[in-house]
Amino acid sequence: MNPAPAPAPAPTTETPEPPEQRRIKLGGTTREEVLTMLGAGAGSLALDWLLYERVLPLSGAFGFLLCWYLLFLGLYTLVGRLQWDALTVRERLATALAWSSGLLLLAVIAEQIGYVAVRGFDAARHWNFFTETMRTTAPLSPITSGGCLHAVVGSLEQLGLATLFSVPLGVVTAVFLVEAGTSRRSARFVKPVRVLVEAMTALPSIVAGLFVLGVVILTLGAEKSGLAAALALTVMMTPIVTRAAEVVVRLVPGTLKEASYALGAGQWRTVWHVVLPTARPGLTTAVVLGMARGVGETSPVLLTAGFTARMNLDPLHGNQASLPLYVWNYVKQPYPDMVARAFAGALTLMAVVLVLFVTARVLGRHRAPTDRRARRPLRRSRTTATAVPVPAAATAVPATNATNAATASAVANR
Amino acid sequence: MTAAVQPTDTRVPPPTSDPDRPRRISAPASPADRAFRGVLRAAGLSVFVLMGLIAFFLLLRGTEALRAVGWSFLGEQNWRTAAHTFGIAAVLPNGILIALIALCIAVPVSLTAALFISEYAPVRLRPTLVSLVDLMAAIPSIVYGLWGLFFLQPRFVGLCRWLANHLGGPLPFLRVRGGDTPTSYTSSTFIAGTVVSLMIIPIITSLSREVFSQAPAGEREGAYALGSTRWGMVRTVVLPFGRGGVIGAVMLGFGRAMGETIAVALIISPVFRVAWHVLENGGGSISALIALRFSESDGLSLSALMAAGLVLFALTLLVNVAAGFVISRSRSGASTSD
Repeated sequence: MNPAPAPAPAPTTETPEPPEQRRIKLGGTTREEVLTMLGAGAGSLALDWLLYERVLPLSGAFGFLLCWYLLFLGLYTLVGRLQWDALTVRERLATALAWSSGLLLLAVIAEQIGYVAVRGFDAARHWNFFTETMRTTAPLSPITSGGCLHAVVGSLEQLGLATLFSVPLGVVTAVFLVEAGTSRRSARFVKPVRVLVEAMTALPSIVAGLFVLGVVILTLGAEKSGLAAALALTVMMTPIVTRAAEVVVRLVPGTLKEASYALGAGQWRTVWHVVLPTARPGLTTAVVLGMARGVGETSPVLLTAGFTARMNLDPLHGNQASLPLYVWNYVKQPYPDMVARAFAGALTLMAVVLVLFVTARVLGRHRAPTDRRARRPLRRSRTTATAVPVPAAATAVPATNATNAATASAVANR
Repeated sequence: MTAAVQPTDTRVPPPTSDPDRPRRISAPASPADRAFRGVLRAAGLSVFVLMGLIAFFLLLRGTEALRAVGWSFLGEQNWRTAAHTFGIAAVLPNGILIALIALCIAVPVSLTAALFISEYAPVRLRPTLVSLVDLMAAIPSIVYGLWGLFFLQPRFVGLCRWLANHLGGPLPFLRVRGGDTPTSYTSSTFIAGTVVSLMIIPIITSLSREVFSQAPAGEREGAYALGSTRWGMVRTVVLPFGRGGVIGAVMLGFGRAMGETIAVALIISPVFRVAWHVLENGGGSISALIALRFSESDGLSLSALMAAGLVLFALTLLVNVAAGFVISRSRSGASTSD
């Protein structure tokens, strides 16, 4: 990377790219393409405005944008057809469609976050929102009284408990899905279990709430509490953790496991000392993503936690508020300040989700085992262990695919 | 290559001292291993147990209501538990309508977005885009609900009115009866479906993107070598390859849309007749019904909600398991599942 400074500038200054060595550009955009697109965009905007504001009796921003988009597609095809053949026009049109829906997704995400941030700022800019509960706040109290502290605490407690329950279960299930092939008795179950886990990730959250309501509160006779809510969240989070963890556990190179078996370790020791440590960064990502999904679940909490306006630190007894429930409860009230508080609650919830999400990404990125310095002996064993697949990956194509997939799948998991 | 060949040449042939009876190799599992396998198996089976428990307890708690009204639970449109006339004949079709509208919007958008991420976007941007789609999936449903209720709905009324006035003639389900006030276009099945569509777009997008990106490079290059444009390659290689996965993804999206609760409950104003006129005020779904009626329910009415939840559970389980099988049977899914 750092050659001697003297010879470095010489080649760059004296080679002005001989024309026969220029690379043929297959992709990329030309000026005429860009101008065609801009022209079609401007023309369709003008036409849309004319139709919308002058000719036809239409109104509404969404209709305007939709019409603009459709007119743009039409005009773009037309203008393109003037200069290109049909094949090129179709290709360009497909490109434009793909880009526009990608941009639409970006716009929707930005819009959601932006809108909630703007509306939530009304209440969230007062510090009392984060330091007070709603205990002494009447419906018409000014915005400078009342806050969401009790909801934040409740959310964190319920999320912590749910993580405590769901992570061991989810990770062990994931290990089962990967390792069960070694014994014939369990191998038959792998496929049904996987299909069922997949189906459970899409379990309606209200059903999870109803289930816990039916078991814990109606049948066992417990009161509504943070613990019941955590159990409902566990039902929601476990399959998510399982699915995400299975992918990373599966990506642990087989050579590592075989090396462990060859050294005389049993299955248990192999999993504990080789598979799980190797998969740890991916597992952390899986867990944090599960938490990000869990903290925003409203309906299970709605049925099982009850709601209270005061602080309840004890998750075992009594109603406990949480952020989604806070929003749900106050947004339906007909007082503007209450709605503002609900939006501020939603903003806080979004912030929690975003922090968890970014944490998951950052943890997933530092996959290199050498980053960790905490545990010396483990680190040494892991660096030597991970050194093994590198030559294997260099020769075998599937192995390189697997390592690429490792980063991709950790991202792709929900 | 030559370096790899050499060791095999110098390999010593195996000793042939006892050629007719190979030694049986058995690895008896240690007690720790046997216990470990037991734990693994228990965790795997816990999924079955959990699903069984959910079905059992919903049935147990819903029995009272089911016994009270019998089969008319499936045929009755009203939901008046005090009068013993309640059933899911209105909320279930209304929920399916919401899910179908959501699919109509979500499928084209998510397929093109998946193609965009896997084929068209600059390579350096792709991981970021994948994360953003994941982020969209992680946005809590209550935030979607707030956004739909306060932001989308007021700006959507104009479009709804236009659709009702101009397409209502040839397409009767777009008609809006009962006056042209602004409120007759709000809280409709259509708006709820639009918001739900935004919530299932990330699921369909990320699953489809996954199968699209697995389209074999050899076939892609073959298409290009035959002179195909990028769209031609997508149409002849990527889309056929991903078809099974996409169908499964759409079914999973449908299951999610059926079960979506909070956003629907915030937006819809519940009515207990089948809302064929999708632009009209009023609609419903089983999950929204449960969320809205739960707080004022006890005894029989709670049991009725449990029974409705059982129906929702069975239906989504069916759709999701079917989707899982479609995905694992398809060519693109076969390589991912194992």
